[in-house]
Amino acid sequence: MATTALDFLPAPLRSLRLKTKQQELLLRVSTLALIYVLAFAVRLFSVLRYESMIHEFDPYFNYRTTLFLSENGFSEFWNWFDSESWYPLGRVVGGTLFPGLMVTAALLHRLLRALSLAVHIREVCVLTAPFFAANTTLVAYAFGREIWDSGAGLVAAALIAIVPGYISRSVAGSYDNEGVAIFALLLTFYLFVRAVNTGSLAWALASAFGYFYMVSAWGGYVFIINLVPLYVLVLLVTGRYSQRLYVAYNCMYVLGMLLAMQIRFVGFQHVQSGEHMAAMGVFFLLQVFFFLDWVKYLLNDARLFKSFLRITLTCVITVGALALGIGTASGYISPWTGRFYSLLDPTYAKDHIPIIASVSEHQPTAWSSFMFDFHILLFLFPAGLYFCFKRLSDATIFIVMYGLTSMYFAGVMVRLILVAAPAVCLISAIAASATIKNLTTLIRAKSKSPQAASGKTTGSKAAAKGAVDQSLPFQHNAAIALLLGAFYLLSRYAIHCTWVTSEAYSSPSIVLAARGHNGGRVIFDDYREAYYWLRQNTPPDAKIMSWWDYGYQITAMGNRTVIVDNNTWNNTHIATVGRAMSSYEDEAYEIMQSLDVNYVLVVFGGVTGYSSDDINKFLWMVRIGGGVFPVIKEPDYLVNGEYRVDKGAAPKMLNCLMYKLCYYRFGELTTEYGKPPGYDRVRGVEIGNKDIKLEYLEEAFTTSNWIVRIYKVKPPKNRS
Amino acid sequence: MATPRHLLLLLALALAPLLAVAAAEGAAEEGPRGRRLLVLLDDLAVRSSHSAFFGSLQARGFDLDFRLADDPKLSLHRYGQYLYDGLVLFAPSTPRFGGSVDQNAVLEFIDAGHDMILAADSSASDLIRGIATECGVDFDEDPEAMVVDHINYAVTDVDGDHTLIAGDDLIQSDVILGSKKIEAPVLFRGIGHAVNPSNNLVLKVLSASPSAYSANPKTKLASPPSLTGSAISLVSVMQARNNARVLVSGSLDLFSNRFLKSGVQKAGSKKRYERAGNEQFVTETSKWVFHERGHLKAVNVKHHKVGETNEPGMYRINDDLEYSVEIYEWSGTSWKPYVADDVQLQFFMMSPYVLKTMSTDKKGLYSISFKVPDVYGVFQFKVEYQRLGYTGLSFTKQIPVRPYRHNEYERFITSAYPYYTASFSSMGAFFIFSFVYLYHK
Repeated sequence: MATTALDFLPAPLRSLRLKTKQQELLLRVSTLALIYVLAFAVRLFSVLRYESMIHEFDPYFNYRTTLFLSENGFSEFWNWFDSESWYPLGRVVGGTLFPGLMVTAALLHRLLRALSLAVHIREVCVLTAPFFAANTTLVAYAFGREIWDSGAGLVAAALIAIVPGYISRSVAGSYDNEGVAIFALLLTFYLFVRAVNTGSLAWALASAFGYFYMVSAWGGYVFIINLVPLYVLVLLVTGRYSQRLYVAYNCMYVLGMLLAMQIRFVGFQHVQSGEHMAAMGVFFLLQVFFFLDWVKYLLNDARLFKSFLRITLTCVITVGALALGIGTASGYISPWTGRFYSLLDPTYAKDHIPIIASVSEHQPTAWSSFMFDFHILLFLFPAGLYFCFKRLSDATIFIVMYGLTSMYFAGVMVRLILVAAPAVCLISAIAASATIKNLTTLIRAKSKSPQAASGKTTGSKAAAKGAVDQSLPFQHNAAIALLLGAFYLLSRYAIHCTWVTSEAYSSPSIVLAARGHNGGRVIFDDYREAYYWLRQNTPPDAKIMSWWDYGYQITAMGNRTVIVDNNTWNNTHIATVGRAMSSYEDEAYEIMQSLDVNYVLVVFGGVTGYSSDDINKFLWMVRIGGGVFPVIKEPDYLVNGEYRVDKGAAPKMLNCLMYKLCYYRFGELTTEYGKPPGYDRVRGVEIGNKDIKLEYLEEAFTTSNWIVRIYKVKPPKNRS
Repeated sequence: MATPRHLLLLLALALAPLLAVAAAEGAAEEGPRGRRLLVLLDDLAVRSSHSAFFGSLQARGFDLDFRLADDPKLSLHRYGQYLYDGLVLFAPSTPRFGGSVDQNAVLEFIDAGHDMILAADSSASDLIRGIATECGVDFDEDPEAMVVDHINYAVTDVDGDHTLIAGDDLIQSDVILGSKKIEAPVLFRGIGHAVNPSNNLVLKVLSASPSAYSANPKTKLASPPSLTGSAISLVSVMQARNNARVLVSGSLDLFSNRFLKSGVQKAGSKKRYERAGNEQFVTETSKWVFHERGHLKAVNVKHHKVGETNEPGMYRINDDLEYSVEIYEWSGTSWKPYVADDVQLQFFMMSPYVLKTMSTDKKGLYSISFKVPDVYGVFQFKVEYQRLGYTGLSFTKQIPVRPYRHNEYERFITSAYPYYTASFSSMGAFFIFSFVYLYHK
């Protein structure tokens, strides 16, 4: 779109020929400014629809830590031991998080305060992600200009401003690491490509700092530390090795590594973990390459050099393999983590680590979500690849590799569409920009040819091409038609993106909205109702047991201690909770006593039809619990391999704690007209156990739409 | 006449401050339980037939309110406050209580931390049986059954059916039965009960002998009795988790003046006691039930780092800390230091990381000092002190333990000096090398 605006210079502007360059600059800057505003504004749907609030699960932890940081200062934050989560183990928060996001928000908050703008830290947190998304468009512009031209840069900026794959993680209120991390990721890549192109130490240094920011913000930095060496390796193999590359990579790797070690959560992983070994290997390889180059230059004898090469290579490979082998065997180099494996092999998590497989955003991506999140970019992407291959350079090789690898990862995990989005936008931008440029060149060349202009505005090559193509019939009209088609597609893209943002990606998921039978919007604010109930009605040191999804929200909004939360660092502890939920009440009571649990919180959607409730998550609790405690067996909860909650359900299912807590008193309730009482609207069945008696727990609170139910654990019986 | 009156006045003046002090002491030394007891009777004749027992209670300062069990104005509480601190339920045959009292009201009374003495009889009603069952004691279901013992019966003038039992199988506990040993057998005539095996709060205080059984003495035994031998308990006590104490006796006569005053001779034994053990038994057990003995309290739970006095909100791993608690025992009139050598403290996080016996200064103060383990998390100072007859002491105090802060580690390690030297020397060398390389041609 931007390019079209650029190339269709309006008539009044065209008359001022002397100032073409300035006009172009003005246009470019104002387009970019508009894109910047657009990227920010489109992400505000959620604030308009709901309110200025933090979304989802993880953002609540980030918000809580940011609050702590802005109240207690960095030193306290760095050393924060949080006794309110993971009771009774506690969590060393300072050492187990990526502080980039919190520090960024706290600094922004301080800056605004310094400018005498009295904003609450929550507003800063809510708007951090849109702000960084807007900044990302600037980086995308610079990156596009670096790999292709400024037209492609503008298109890339426009595309990335509204691409749904990115918006899904960066709407206002989605205060998560990814919000700033994508900015950092793209910035690092841009600076690195720039360093490779220029061979300048300063750019390499800048990219090391970009990398540092990325490491401080998101665990996805592993992608950078593996993609960059892979890129270097490809350049080496394809014979594109240069001094520029040597300078850029060495500087970026060494400084980036040293800087990354300053993040407590990352620590020595760069030298000790299997995931980071590729970067180190390439680093040494580069030294060997440089050394060989130097020897070759000194020797000046092909045969002698060849034998030298053979000896050196053998030595190097042996030493490298030995070092890796000994490091791995002695445990100095840690093996790859489960998450990393599951990225390379999509079926790995399903078989080995249920806790990773249980997260919905870790599921393999469906085709529809590619279509949903990329729209026309999905077709422009291969076209862009074609253009990149046609004009191969160090920079385009990088973007091609970034695009291909991230597309693979996006296919493995839904959430990684986010990482692929910038690459897809950039490559698509190349396609769109190049196509439109060619088309407009054709049109203009045709219209100019009678005047026999030497081609002041177009390049000589394009003019020559235009002259050759003049022989083709209907070329002018075809070009106009194609241009209109492209224009149509791009506008469809803009419409689609806006629609997706407003309909699908702006829901805070803590407040649920549905359409009532008369078409009006019905708001279910049960989560907050429950958390405020906890805050107001339970003793301050009460311990709440729930499935880990709700842990962050309970600590942040309910201000109460939880047993497990979304930082799933201790599988055994989570499995204990899973075991309690899937045991009979008396067995569960013993577990809850041993964990000093005072309240149990479950999420139940049977009344409202809210499908991501605990009954639907229950099989994962069974699997995770059974993974550690073999007394819990999945087949006990299934009937002929089928998961059901009605009369035909397995007896253990009908009497386990989770079932009882979800369906307690539900048998008396008529949920839908014309259905029997106890009709579960999510599963679409009448429940199988309507007469539920609780012996060790008692109902404490149920929210107005029954979505959250809280039970109090009774003390041991007084007389027995 | 004037002189003595004058003297009296002077004496009163002199005594006034003393009395005030005594009154103040009396206020300070308040016992664990109040002194208002409700006595529920089937018929008011019991008041006189059991007057010795009631008299001993009144002599110890209890304020007894005698009511018929079916009194329509009967109520245990008014305006949410309990009117009584204890209950003596001597109404074995009453089918239902009057007023607002029912089985649940009695059980709630106990669950609110009050004590009860319950005596049944061969005519025990379902109501009484129900209350007993809720307290972990199951009476023989046969309504006609009594405890019969053809060997360990008490010799009487008329050769009866051996239902008057001379029980001497008493629980070994000075706390429940007092420090003076009960020499004479305890007379018992009534129904037997078994303690619920799944309830570990019930104790058999007076058990039947191995030769006893529970059956209808007037008919022939058609089938083997369901309750036999020393599984039969004659008198049991239950101390609930909230330290409410309940005594259940299968015999109301056990408390009667007749049994308290009569002599006893066990069958087959030459020795005849002038007085049965009943008087001592009922006095001592009622002292225990109404918390005149065996009640512990813990006060002044303190912990702090060694060398400091303020209680911190959080400890660091490997801190040295001190913990202290004062434990007192109620002697019936005052709180006396409790002396024992087995009070243990746990430093607990899912399992005890530290388990140590606390040392005492014999004046009630128990203290210990130890090093916090090298594990961070939310710990608890936990004292679980359960001893036979004593009220359970169970108190916890939560305390988080944090890891080191970033600046609490050693800054320079001696063994790392070679590395410091290496890095600084190579930095220097690199600087010199660059200088030489760039500017020396």
